[in-house]
Amino acid sequence: MLEIRALEKHFGTLKAVDGISFSARPGEILGLLGPNGAGKTTLVSMIAGLLPADGGQVLIDGRTLCGDQDPLKRRIGLVPQDLALIEELPAQDNLAFFGALYGLKGLALRAAASRVLDLVGLSDRAGDRVATFSGGMKRRLNLAAALMHDPEILLLDEPTVGVDPQSRNAIFDNLETLKRQRRTLIYTTHYMEEVERLCERVVILDHGRVLADASLADLTRTGIVNPRLHIELNAGGDGHWLEELRGLDGVASANLAGTQLAVGIADLAADTSRILSWLSGRGMVIHGFASERPSLESVFLSLTGRSFRE
Amino acid sequence: MSLTALVALVRKDLKLFFHDRRAVIMSFAAPIVIASFFGFLFQGASGQANQARIPVAVVDQDQTDLSRKLIARLGEDKQVQVEALSLDRALDQVRRGKTTVALRIPAGFSEGATRTFFSGGAKPELSLDYDPSHAMELGLVRGLLTEAAMTVVSAEMFTGPAGRKSLETSLDQLERSNLAEGERSDLKRLLESARAWNVRQEQQPATARRGGLSLPYSLKEEALTSRSATPYNSYAHAFAGMGVQFILFMGIEAGISILVARRSGLWKRLCAAPLSRRLLLGGRALSAALVSLIILGVVYVFARLIFHVHIEGSAAGFLGVCLAFSLMTATFGLLIASLGRTPEATRGLAIFATLILVMLGGAWVPAFIFPAWLQKLTLFIPTRWAVDGLDAMTWRGLGFQAALAPIAVLLGFALAFGLIALARFRWEVEG
Ligand SMILES: Nc1ncnc2c1ncn2[C@@H]1O[C@H](COP(=O)(O)OP(=O)(O)O)[C@@H](O)[C@H]1O
Ligand SMILES: [Mg+2]
Repeated sequence: MLEIRALEKHFGTLKAVDGISFSARPGEILGLLGPNGAGKTTLVSMIAGLLPADGGQVLIDGRTLCGDQDPLKRRIGLVPQDLALIEELPAQDNLAFFGALYGLKGLALRAAASRVLDLVGLSDRAGDRVATFSGGMKRRLNLAAALMHDPEILLLDEPTVGVDPQSRNAIFDNLETLKRQRRTLIYTTHYMEEVERLCERVVILDHGRVLADASLADLTRTGIVNPRLHIELNAGGDGHWLEELRGLDGVASANLAGTQLAVGIADLAADTSRILSWLSGRGMVIHGFASERPSLESVFLSLTGRSFRE
Repeated sequence: MSLTALVALVRKDLKLFFHDRRAVIMSFAAPIVIASFFGFLFQGASGQANQARIPVAVVDQDQTDLSRKLIARLGEDKQVQVEALSLDRALDQVRRGKTTVALRIPAGFSEGATRTFFSGGAKPELSLDYDPSHAMELGLVRGLLTEAAMTVVSAEMFTGPAGRKSLETSLDQLERSNLAEGERSDLKRLLESARAWNVRQEQQPATARRGGLSLPYSLKEEALTSRSATPYNSYAHAFAGMGVQFILFMGIEAGISILVARRSGLWKRLCAAPLSRRLLLGGRALSAALVSLIILGVVYVFARLIFHVHIEGSAAGFLGVCLAFSLMTATFGLLIASLGRTPEATRGLAIFATLILVMLGGAWVPAFIFPAWLQKLTLFIPTRWAVDGLDAMTWRGLGFQAALAPIAVLLGFALAFGLIALARFRWEVEG
């Protein structure tokens, strides 16, 4: 069990982490979602014991980290945002080195290396230098290196940046395997769809503060994270039918501006055609329509009223 | 557990060092090639065999027996190469750097020199015109000339006709001088004895005549280096200097590798492990010190096999100096890691600083040719102690005692660098 309590970090006058609290359980992938500069990396560094806190606590099974050599650090695995590999050495030498930092040696070290290589699907490239790897393979090895000492808590700082879709899916599969092993995974990202795909729960961060801490189901129910249909009508009319539309199954919200109708729905695949035919049945002519998947952008907009800054 | 980690840290650094072909070339080939070249250059300055003679042009405007004897006498010395030339040719040769010194013997030299040998009066003037880029050789020529002139002129005074004539003139002048009576009679007796000696010598066959005055000693010169009679080996100093220089370059790279690790995620991963941060830095220092010892070993084995550079002094002292210098190199690297920001900017500055240190340490040209104030000042420079210590244990052939001061000073610098590095190191990871 990982628990963060009122954590703070200041860089001069900048409050990079400004009183953040949340907790994560074993067998859970918790999404930490926020734009660049939200404080995700700073937060992760503090959890890993790399940065001292200016306030608050990080509790691992009720204990706080104490000093650089605290054995409690063995229970945490860190996958840094920037690749943390030695490019000149073969993959297996990298893993052996990182394992040895945690005191692994001999048979245990070799067993751990083959276990993590297996997990990320790089066993056949173990003897090759990292410099010869593709971006996706490096990302997978970056993950494997953090698993050598078999940590219970895994901190993943934007682990799929610059990765091809195939490698990304492979990494997601690896993370789901780790989740089934009842580890606690903290996954930071600024991609909404990654959170949708991986996490049941998300903590949304901005300016070092928590904007929302909820399950994805809850966010959807409150209409914050719905896909949207943008429909262009021949004439909007008085919109007396809007209330009726809002009452339909799967419709979370409906707004009319001139001839532009915006409908928030629960599921693009299931609800789109039903709503379009409902409108046609009311005698409305549809000039065109577009669908919009939920993005951090739209979530952010509805939470803050501001647009997402990159 | 931290021993396993330390071994892993050091092994990783060694693997990376030997994996990097450029680093290996810079650390082994570069010092060997450059030291071989320097050693070869300075060999001439020390070895007697193939040393060039100093070219001296002589302009004889006197054209007497005595002036010819002077030139012949000067030419006998094997350190100079005498050539008779006209005045214009001689000066021209010096101006163009073809000849080092032009010696002019003016007309009337012979007469003037013998006339003023015992009495005073205006002495004849020998002039030396020299090439200013060879000022050091001028001193040598001046010394040789003094000895030659003394010998030939005094020989003339005691054995030659010009000398007798000059003695008679002096006796004449003495009668008319206004010296006190006691002094006059003493001087008269001296000159008369000299004249009598001269007359008697002239009646002897030429081969049996006694010579004139000569230096009251003869010189036996021998370069004093090792305890045994081993000759100076210019390669020994060159290998010490270049070894020190390129090992410091390696130390810079060791420090910069920490800055590079900081910039990638690697430093975070290291810090995430349950290890003290001193161990992380200590591992880097230890591997740098080991690489330094390996470089010293390879460089000196090469110097021994090819150029016969032997440890003429204390082997323990040599090891001690190597060890202390290696530790200093290691903490020098940490110092760079703690003061530097970006790898690129730091490398340029550190290399510049190292070149200055190495230059002042006497690795390029030996410190003994520095002016006295600079020699004193450079005692505050660690590289000076490293080079002097290595010199002392190799070609100077000194005992362990002579290694103690360099070892102590180098260890002192190592400790100081290490403490500053620990105090100034930015432990916090970025972001
Ligand atoms: N070492 C540091 N010194 C000063 N400011 C920092 C430092 N690290 C991060 N910051 C600032 O803190 C804020 C949060 O950064 P970060 O945690 O990297 O955000 P994220 O990972 O969400 O993109 C940013 O404004 C960043 O510029
Ligand atoms: Mg970040």
